[in-house]
Amino acid sequence: MSLKLKALKKSLWVYHVSGGSCNNCDIEILDLLTPRFDVERFGIILAASPRHADVLLCTGIVNKKCVERVKEVYQQTPKPCVVVAVGTCSCSGGIFRDGYQMAGPLDKIIPVDVYIPGCPPKPESIIAGIVKFLKELK
Amino acid sequence: MANNKKVIVPIGPYHPLLEEPEYFQLYCDGEEVVDVEWIAGYNHRGIEKLSESKHYDQVTFLVERICGICSTSHPIAYCNAVEDLCGIEIPERAKYIRSVIGELERLHSHLLWVGLAGHFLGYNTVFMWAWKYREPILDMFEMITGNRNHYAMLRIGGVRRDIEDEDVPILKKTLSEVKGKIEMLTEAVLDDPVLAARLKGVGILKKEDIKNYGAIGPVARASGVDIDVRRDDPYAAYNLVEWKVITTENGDVFDKAVVRLLECFESIKIIEQCLDAIYHKKGEIWKEVREIPEGEGIGHHEAPRGEVFHYVRSDGNTTSPVRHKIRAPSYVNIPTFKASCIGETISDVCIILAGVDPCYCCTERIAVYDNDKKKKNYSFKDIVKKSIEKTKKIKEEIGKEGKLWKGLL
Repeated sequence: MSLKLKALKKSLWVYHVSGGSCNNCDIEILDLLTPRFDVERFGIILAASPRHADVLLCTGIVNKKCVERVKEVYQQTPKPCVVVAVGTCSCSGGIFRDGYQMAGPLDKIIPVDVYIPGCPPKPESIIAGIVKFLKELK
Repeated sequence: MANNKKVIVPIGPYHPLLEEPEYFQLYCDGEEVVDVEWIAGYNHRGIEKLSESKHYDQVTFLVERICGICSTSHPIAYCNAVEDLCGIEIPERAKYIRSVIGELERLHSHLLWVGLAGHFLGYNTVFMWAWKYREPILDMFEMITGNRNHYAMLRIGGVRRDIEDEDVPILKKTLSEVKGKIEMLTEAVLDDPVLAARLKGVGILKKEDIKNYGAIGPVARASGVDIDVRRDDPYAAYNLVEWKVITTENGDVFDKAVVRLLECFESIKIIEQCLDAIYHKKGEIWKEVREIPEGEGIGHHEAPRGEVFHYVRSDGNTTSPVRHKIRAPSYVNIPTFKASCIGETISDVCIILAGVDPCYCCTERIAVYDNDKKKKNYSFKDIVKKSIEKTKKIKEEIGKEGKLWKGLL
C-alpha cells in the first residue's frame, strides 16, 4: 500500500456535494455527525472545501445545471480520493430517471468508487458502506 | 442593481454550512448588505412534468420525493387534491393516522431547524442537542411506517398501513420522553443570553412585509399574522382535536424560533389525542377508489414551513394527471429576504436567510443553464422579466383564438 493510501485511510475528511437531491440523504449525512452515530470519534469530519477533502459524498440525480459544478469539485479534490454515491438517485437515477433535468447518474459524470443504495440509506448503512470500502482498499 | 463599487460576496452553491445547493449573492457596502440576489435551479428535477407520466398511485411516491424533510406534506396535499377531484370522504381512522404522521413530521422538522439555526450561529451545542432529541421521533416513524424518512404512508382514499394497538403505548411513552426533552431544550434556548443577543431584533419582518410578500407558515405567525390551514380549512382530523395556533408579535428570528418550539408542544398534544382516538377501536383505513373522473381538484396541508398547495386535473380517460401544479411554502417565504436582509450586517444575514427555514428542493420550479458557453446565470430580475413576457405572449395567443380567456374576462 502506498503512503498516500495509508494516509488517506487514517482519518477521512469528507466533503458533501448535493447535485439536485430531495434533501433526505443530505440530512442523513448530517445525522452521522450528531450524537447517536457520531462518526467524529473515528476521525471523520466534514471539510469546508473540496481541496481539503479525502472523500466526496455525492447525493442527488446531478441535474443539468449542476454538472459543471460537480466536475469542478471533483477536479479540485486532491487525488487519491474516494467518491461515494449516496442514495438511489445518485446510484441509478431512481424515480427521477426519466426527468428532463436528469444529467446523471453520478457515474456518467465522475468515476465512482462506492455505491450506497437506499431511499434514503440509513446512517448505519452509510457507515457500513465506507467501512467495507476501506477494508477492500489495498 | 449590481453596482461596480460594491463588493459581491457569494454564498454557495456548495457551501459547507448548507446541506442543499443554493446560491446567494450579497452586494455589500462595507459590512452592510445593500442587496441580495438568489440564483435558483441547482435542485430542479422537473417533478410536475414527471408526474404527468406516472400513474395516480405512483405520483404519491413521486411527490414524497420533492422534499426529504417535509416528505409527508406533499402526499397529504396531493391526496387531498385527488380526493377533492373524486369527491370522496376518507374513513375516520385514516384521518387520525394522517394527522399523527403529519404532526410527527412537524416535530422532527422543527427540531431539525432549531439544530441547524444553532449550527449557523456557530453554537454547535444546540445543534447536537436538538438532533439528539430528534432521533426518538425518527424511531417512532420507523416503528409505524418502516422507514426513517420517506414514509410512503399515504394513498388515495386513506392510508397504507395501520397503527397497531400494541404500538400505541410505546409511542405514547416515547412521546412523553421527547416532550420532556423538548421542554428542556426550549427553556435552555429561550433563556440563553447568547442566543437572545444574537437573535433578538435581527431580520425583522413587519406585518405589512408579510402581507406584501404573501409569506405563510411560522414566518407569518412570528410576525403576528394568524394564519394556519389546519384551522382555516380543516382536513384530516384537525377539526376533531383540541389545539391552538401559536403567534408572536415581533417578527425577528428569535420569535421564529419561539413559534417553532411552542408549536412542537401543540403537535404533541394533537398526536396524543389522535392516538387516544384510535386506540382499541377498529375501522377501515382506506376506501377503494376505482375511477378518477374528469375534473380538477385542489388540496392543501400545513407543512412545517407553511401551506403546501397541490392542483390536479384529470381528463377522465388516462391513468395519469393531465396537469399537476405544486406550490411549496418556501416559494413565497424566501423572497422576504428582500425586506429582512437589506440594511443588516453580513454576519447576521446567514441566520436571517436560515430563519425562514428555506427548503430549496421544494421551491425550485425553474432551471436556466448554459453549461457550454459559460454565460452569466439568469438573475431573479431576468427570470421575472422572462415570465412576464411569456404570460403576455400566451395572453395574446389565447386572445386571438377567443374561448377560455374571453370567458374569464
